[in-house]
Amino acid sequence: MSIDIIIIGAGPAGMSAAITATESGAKVLLLDDQPTPGGQIYRAIEAAGDKQATILGPEYMAGKPLAQNMRSTNIEYVADASVWQVTDEREVGYSSNGQARLVTAPAIILATGAMERPFPIKGWTLPGVMMAGAAQTMLKTSGLAAEGAIFAGCGPLLYLVAHQYLQAGVKIAAIVDTTAKANRLKALPHIPGALRRWDLLSKGQKWQSEIRKSGTRIINNVRALKVLGDTKAEGLSVNAGGTWQNIPSDHIFLHQGVVPNVNLSFAASLDHDWDEQQLCWRPKTDQWCGTSIDGVYVAGDGGGIGGGLAARASGEIAALGSLAKLGLIDTAARDSKAKTARTTLRRELSIRPFLDTWFRPSDDFRVPTDDDAIICRCEELSLKDIRDTIEIGLVGPNQLKSFCRAGMGPCQGRFCGLTVQELIAKQTNRPAADVGYYRLRPPIKPLRLEELANLQIEEDENIKF
Amino acid sequence: MKILNSDPASKTADVIVIGGGIHGCSAALHLIKRGVSVTVLEKDYVGCHASGVNAGGVRRLGREYVEVPLAQASYEYWRDIKSLVDDDCGYRVSRYLKVARSDEDMAKARQRVNDLNARGFTHEDVVDQETLRAYLPAIAPHCVGALHVDGDGSALPFQTTQAFKRRGEKLGVNFREETPVIDIKRHASNWHVETHKGTFEALTVINAAGAWGGVLAAKLGDDVPLQAHAPMLAITARMPAFATNAVIGALSGALSFKQFENGTVLIGGGVRGRALPDSNRTVLDMKGMSQFLSTACDVFPIMKRANIMRTWAGIEGYTPDNLPVISSGRAEGIVHAFGFSAHGFQLAPGVGEFVADLATGVAPRLSLDAFNVSRFQQIDRASSYI
Ligand SMILES: Cc1cc2nc3c(=O)[nH]c(=O)nc-3n(C[C@H](O)[C@H](O)[C@H](O)COP(=O)(O)OP(=O)(O)OC[C@H]3O[C@@H](n4cnc5c(N)ncnc54)[C@H](O)[C@@H]3O)c2cc1C
Repeated sequence: MSIDIIIIGAGPAGMSAAITATESGAKVLLLDDQPTPGGQIYRAIEAAGDKQATILGPEYMAGKPLAQNMRSTNIEYVADASVWQVTDEREVGYSSNGQARLVTAPAIILATGAMERPFPIKGWTLPGVMMAGAAQTMLKTSGLAAEGAIFAGCGPLLYLVAHQYLQAGVKIAAIVDTTAKANRLKALPHIPGALRRWDLLSKGQKWQSEIRKSGTRIINNVRALKVLGDTKAEGLSVNAGGTWQNIPSDHIFLHQGVVPNVNLSFAASLDHDWDEQQLCWRPKTDQWCGTSIDGVYVAGDGGGIGGGLAARASGEIAALGSLAKLGLIDTAARDSKAKTARTTLRRELSIRPFLDTWFRPSDDFRVPTDDDAIICRCEELSLKDIRDTIEIGLVGPNQLKSFCRAGMGPCQGRFCGLTVQELIAKQTNRPAADVGYYRLRPPIKPLRLEELANLQIEEDENIKF
Repeated sequence: MKILNSDPASKTADVIVIGGGIHGCSAALHLIKRGVSVTVLEKDYVGCHASGVNAGGVRRLGREYVEVPLAQASYEYWRDIKSLVDDDCGYRVSRYLKVARSDEDMAKARQRVNDLNARGFTHEDVVDQETLRAYLPAIAPHCVGALHVDGDGSALPFQTTQAFKRRGEKLGVNFREETPVIDIKRHASNWHVETHKGTFEALTVINAAGAWGGVLAAKLGDDVPLQAHAPMLAITARMPAFATNAVIGALSGALSFKQFENGTVLIGGGVRGRALPDSNRTVLDMKGMSQFLSTACDVFPIMKRANIMRTWAGIEGYTPDNLPVISSGRAEGIVHAFGFSAHGFQLAPGVGEFVADLATGVAPRLSLDAFNVSRFQQIDRASSYI
């Protein structure tokens, strides 16, 4: 039986797209690189019990019925499937069980979510330093938490994870908040819009006050950070209000917001726009989440940061858009079925301008000022290395890449792409949008050579030549 | 060159080079060293296309017989590349081997060495299985020998092309990037080269526009049935050193294989992706790529465990006989140097000298007959008699 819709990513967007599409009779292939469904927000949700409910909260547990629903629907769900390419001819290359395959379908929905924004301070590559989102993943998947960690940066997720840590009874050495004071004033005009999700705002307040009550040290107005230690993290040096202080700790969790994970959408050569409010790239989409390539849709945070509920709603919208396109529903049905999702989406996005402005990461934390701060982790290139390369006239991300290998490593630029782009913009006095991004290519994840070499013999009726 | 437009930053030049690939940059460098003023017009940035993204093979091995003298002449430049461009270009001298996987392969290799010797070239030889294994202990047991050159090697393509540019710039070449040539017209004794940044004027124009060279040539009355293809490359994550001492190909089944000192392995082959020269895009053919990846596994079984980290392709111009066009044009004051058919990187330092000769009316020290632009017109005429 041939596939109607291939959905990549089994987070809230991908799962709800898959459910919506299947309900209307579409044959869906849902590919996800994790062992179980859930994506980032509902990671390991199927195994979650009472303990997880207390620590991780009701937002997390809300993923459980969604995952159950997905499982009980007639969806071909492939776990541990690493998608390494999507072409403009809607051909999807993926690997699972040691086999690489090519599959095509008339519609493809990319629901690959967000990734954490790089946080290139001095020492951020030392063992013991990780992104707060990764720390949360450890909490979800294996119940692991580090005693006495420092949480540094800005954004809701930082406080969410810190709060979850306290719920788990794990002590935090300090919360080091890099939110710029000036952001508050700029965010004020966005409060009316944000009131539609006042519950979120008050929840944020509640976390903060609970954290404060717990006696956790909170340092505000932070202007600069350096991780201490030579071979591993030994603490964080913090400049708040002009003076430096050192806080010892073996574990430092950094976070300054999330951005769409655009490696697959760029590699698929979709058109993208630079989003000045969220300081990131996002694929160009229409009202049905359709992109510049006919039959390719983007849903969820991969199309712009909106959070878990927005992701669910846009997953439904993308599914309805593709169902109508495939002729499985008519446009009247599409429009009426999309109503609830559109209302949700509008409500969820109403708070974004406020959040994006309030938590806008400061320039100095996006583009470091420490000469020896590492920018490209894979090739160990420092700020100075990159700056010198720009200095000799290599003023585009791809020139830089060809010349000094920045972005050439296994992370495919995930850890340095935005930094390099903004650094070039700053040094050459151009808008970041004009500088552009690395040209990305398949495989977007490292792929066993033998699997690719054997590609031709992994045939079935879905495999295209 | 006179500036017809009011663009104040333009400078006058004797020669305009269209195309800032390694061939345009090399010709410009050779010209400026002779005191000829040069402006290079590049539609994107220097080294953006084939010249900056190729496999970096600096190889004489296995070339068409008529091309061997060009490759030898370039080899002389490569040996002392630093004195030409003031940069080491990441040039590494090692050995180049085309592995034989059958007795037929070996026979082919022997025949080739005989033919070359008869033409007076002695740089290639045949090595037996024992010698091959001594060079490359990781080679598969069914590899029975190889065609071999000591002294060929590799360089870093983007660094090299940039080095040619920077050296030329230092000596006075005017590089104009993001300046696509839209049209060329003859006015009296001069060529007017039109771009959206102004019209440039010169007595002589060199067409070094790579895969786009055919379109330009046609405008100038020279028909070359050039095709754009996108040869593909793949690079692996770091591996233990097992082949850092040689660049490896295969006598049957196209393969280009090289391990860098950092342990990553670069693999290429004959299968090409789709080139879209109008939009500067290439589309990879992963299915096609699997062919040369499986050849790589066949030659080095250790490669099965490798992880592919990235793949890419570059846009290259191919002629029907896979030989470049290095020739004066039919019209006066036109010189062509394009269509290097996926083996032009090594040739650039030497070909730049000969192109500079053609542009200045000097007789090159080698015969360029095999590369004449008129050969395609002759083919057409001949076939029309049948
Ligand atoms: C993947 C790959 C691997 C390769 N491996 C090897 C190898 O190992 N060894 C080897 O010897 N060779 C190799 N080659 C071949 C080699 O890269 C090319 O033959 C060589 O770089 C050609 O140089 P060029 O200057 O002619 O072309 P290009 O580098 O393509 O330069 C032509 C330039 O002209 C510009 N241009 C075109 N039209 C216009 C216009 N109208 N106005 C202004 N500018 C214009 C283009 O933008 C381009 O920059 C490989 C090629 C590829 C793609």
